[in-house]
Amino acid sequence: MPIIRIPTPLRSYVNGQGEVPVRGKTVAEVMQDLVAQFPSLRPHLYNSESQLRPFVNLFLGADNVKELQGLETPLNETDTLILIPSIAGG
Amino acid sequence: MLPELSREEILRYSRHLLIPEVGLAGQRKLKASSALVIGTGGLGSPVALYLAAAGVGRLGLVDYDVVDKSNLQRQVVHGTGTLGQLKVESARLRLLDLNPDIQVDAFNEPFTSANAMRIAEPFDILVDGTDNFPTRYLSNDLCVLTGKPNVYAAVFRFEGQASVFYAKEGPCYRCLFPEPPPPGLVPSCADAGVLGVLPGTIGTIQATEAIKMLLGIGSSLVGRLLLYNALDMTFEYVKLKKNPSCKICGPHPEVTRLIDYDAFCGVPGIGHEEGSAGRDWDISATELAERIQHGEKMRLIDVREPHELEISYIAGAELFPLGELASRLPELDSAQEMVVFCKAGTRSRRALELLVSAGFRKVKNLKGGINAWAEEVDLSLPVY
Repeated sequence: MPIIRIPTPLRSYVNGQGEVPVRGKTVAEVMQDLVAQFPSLRPHLYNSESQLRPFVNLFLGADNVKELQGLETPLNETDTLILIPSIAGG
Repeated sequence: MLPELSREEILRYSRHLLIPEVGLAGQRKLKASSALVIGTGGLGSPVALYLAAAGVGRLGLVDYDVVDKSNLQRQVVHGTGTLGQLKVESARLRLLDLNPDIQVDAFNEPFTSANAMRIAEPFDILVDGTDNFPTRYLSNDLCVLTGKPNVYAAVFRFEGQASVFYAKEGPCYRCLFPEPPPPGLVPSCADAGVLGVLPGTIGTIQATEAIKMLLGIGSSLVGRLLLYNALDMTFEYVKLKKNPSCKICGPHPEVTRLIDYDAFCGVPGIGHEEGSAGRDWDISATELAERIQHGEKMRLIDVREPHELEISYIAGAELFPLGELASRLPELDSAQEMVVFCKAGTRSRRALELLVSAGFRKVKNLKGGINAWAEEVDLSLPVY
């Protein structure tokens, strides 16, 4: 199963896990599976129109999925999607 | 014409002069250069110390806070001897002790759209070490509009990010984060904590990038975002590209001057009282204590994390960590009076918003959190 890596600020919504195995063959599918598994994560990633919030960045390897095929980017079973959060601490 | 180095400076910088990539010419370049450090906190401390030590000729420091004891776990430019002093003054004195040959300009004021252009004008480079989104967008936009590099970093608990946003050569902050998260969605270090050494690691990377940019050597973090995890001890890079629809550095910019960044980020302006979600929803620690004493039945909901109970707790309060609140709403009764609280009022404001949006009306936010309770009601509790 593909894995989504969860940054620290969001781990409290996924039972403290750093990585969550997800089902799906595209970025859109695995993201939907993620929020289906952890509904309290949904408002952090999606807006009220069910669109990914603009500050949510997903990287496959070193590439932003926006530079690939966006939400339709296909994923292999061994892929890890990195969720990069917007943080402001200094 | 670059400035000469004195005999004393040649001795001071001898380890730099021995590196071919720096050498005498590079050191003179640093002496002629300048950097504006926004924030003299966790990131600003190591940045300012290393830029001063390296001989960057003119440093600007912007901050409007005073040194607090809870800063000293990570803000190493300050010390116990400067508790209560203005941060920019405390830092200025330390930097001039480290290197009296440089000029340090202290700006004891919030960095805002009204003063940012004036403050930043004489400086070659900006180093973003702030702790809030409005100032991060302001620093970015200012750098894009004036053509300066913005050496970026941000930290959270064990994780850090660093990059150089330089619109002349690569993407800017808005290319990666076109919009800020809604207020309260991302907890601050004051609420979530930060490993003290983390901003030290990331801040020294910022200082490294600033020095490389000023010297014009090496491969910078332009177009790359460094992701550091102190707990796993991993460094990773992802590629950043210019966003063709970026509202400030794209080909058709909508943002052509500095804007109101508090409004853009949806946060109250400086001077707002932390923990207020509108006056009607607030209750002070003193008032809460009086109402409890008069026998009013109030359910106290502590939205902090379980480990924070070891530091302080209010007897009778029930723990509903903020991350669990949404899924535990069935355990709450909307007919019952409730008071939500956290450490200082930020997380409980978020909890209050969540409860109000779920239809709860008999709910109040403890203004200033358990820290206010510790200062006003139960003096035996520590403030953290």
